[in-house]
Amino acid sequence: MKVTVCIGSSCHVKGSRQVVETLQQLISDNNLSEKVELAGTFCMGKCQQGVCVNVDDDFYSVTPDSAAYFFEENIKAKV
Amino acid sequence: MGVRKFDTKVQHLKYKVLREVARHAWNDTLLDNLLSIPETIAPGKTPTMRCCVYKERAILSERVKMVMGGDKDNPNVIQVIDIACDECPSAGYEVTDSCRGCLAHRCEDVCKRGAITFDQNHVAHIDKSKCVECGQCAKVCPFTAIINRKRPCQNACKVKAISINEDNAAAIDNSKCIQCGACVYQCPFGAITDKSYILDVIDMIKKSENNQKYKVYAIVAPSISSQFVYAKLGQVIKGLKELGFFTVIEAALGADMVAQAESQELAEKGFLTSSCCPAFVQYIKSAFPDLLPLVSHNLSPMAALAQYIKKTDKDAKVVFIGPCTAKKAEAQLESVKPHVDAVMTFEELQALYDSKDVDITTLGEDVLDNASYFGRIFARLGGLSDAVAQGLKEQNIEFDLKAIACDGIEECRMALLKKSKNVLDANFIEGMACVGGCIGGAGCLTHGEKNKAEVDKYGREAFEKTISDAVAILK
Repeated sequence: MKVTVCIGSSCHVKGSRQVVETLQQLISDNNLSEKVELAGTFCMGKCQQGVCVNVDDDFYSVTPDSAAYFFEENIKAKV
Repeated sequence: MGVRKFDTKVQHLKYKVLREVARHAWNDTLLDNLLSIPETIAPGKTPTMRCCVYKERAILSERVKMVMGGDKDNPNVIQVIDIACDECPSAGYEVTDSCRGCLAHRCEDVCKRGAITFDQNHVAHIDKSKCVECGQCAKVCPFTAIINRKRPCQNACKVKAISINEDNAAAIDNSKCIQCGACVYQCPFGAITDKSYILDVIDMIKKSENNQKYKVYAIVAPSISSQFVYAKLGQVIKGLKELGFFTVIEAALGADMVAQAESQELAEKGFLTSSCCPAFVQYIKSAFPDLLPLVSHNLSPMAALAQYIKKTDKDAKVVFIGPCTAKKAEAQLESVKPHVDAVMTFEELQALYDSKDVDITTLGEDVLDNASYFGRIFARLGGLSDAVAQGLKEQNIEFDLKAIACDGIEECRMALLKKSKNVLDANFIEGMACVGGCIGGAGCLTHGEKNKAEVDKYGREAFEKTISDAVAILK
């Protein structure tokens, strides 16, 4: 599974660093580092909906507050 | 165009040529109109710049060639337009008619070479075969009657790469030139200029088919905060996307990466010079090759960030936009070529906007926020040293930093000279070839007192406050 978080300017000011840090932590806590590849990208062209996250080809809009829930629902549950 | 966008009329002329060529390039009409561009810019029969319109147009043709990449056989990105060189007086020290034929003869007394003689009217003359251009006579003359006739280009070139050729035009010694562009900015006739690669940029954008085939990324140097001051920075960024760039990223994020890595490297090695300024690095290569091992092995912020972008998107095309002519040469280095596809200056960006009639003052504001305060202040002298100090602190590295920030290539030379003799009281050299740092770059639209304050203000506005937070996102 490949999880791509947008780290472009617009998402950055909406908290993409916190999203990345939360996901990094949870992936490691759940021993999923082998199965989940976390990557960055500089724009997904959907700046209004940031923080933009792709899980494989599916798009999600995530906030720093919803990152943990997003992990449970869309990463841990599907991996 | 009510707002003054450039420091000089030479820049404005250069801009007009860039804009015309770019306009045709966007419309695929460049080949058909190549020969008519000079007349478009210098119409009519009355000359406004030179002796006649024909000479003006001949020079403009040469300028068009420079916009199209210049002389391919000359590897230097800085090139002299021979016919534009006005062959300025270059006689060195001369006595002018202000000499009153006084009794004191201080000039004669101070001259250690006995080069001063007097005619029957007691007026001083300088014997060129004896004069060593020390300038003492000019200093002591109470009538300031002795002046130094030096060409502005030679005066600007502190690395002494400019000489005068057999045709009395300026000639650049490529083995000494560091591409800093000081001569480009200082030549009052615009006879020395930097080659442009904007046609490559336009081609890249067009062939991307709205960033569908591949994406074109713009990296902007932090000194952009002191430029385009007639608009808001957010509008400058929006304008880049209007031109067709996929997205815009701060070179300052690359600077954060460099600051972190460079502070580690410094602590390991005990002594380092910076590697961010390509003109400074080129100067070490040409004038102090023995010191090359002491240059930081980090890529420059531009190259480091471009490399990272291509890691996230292997088909990406990356264009760096900054104040610097030397970056154009850096992008041609084997170590940088794979990462950076083209380099352009702020001057060229202004022309690009206007070639597409993008009036940035009418646009909405976009966001530019990737880096920390420390990455952003790389744009001005001392910022790099501050960032390395911060990098050491944040990573809890025990190292007694003693930095020297060199303001312009002459100060760089002094520090390097001392280092080569082992008498430099510092363990880190921040080398900035331009006075003031990057904000003094030849590719800036304007150079002014306020620019440093603008950069600092922009630094304080950064969303991330520390280097580690800014780079955390990249891991």
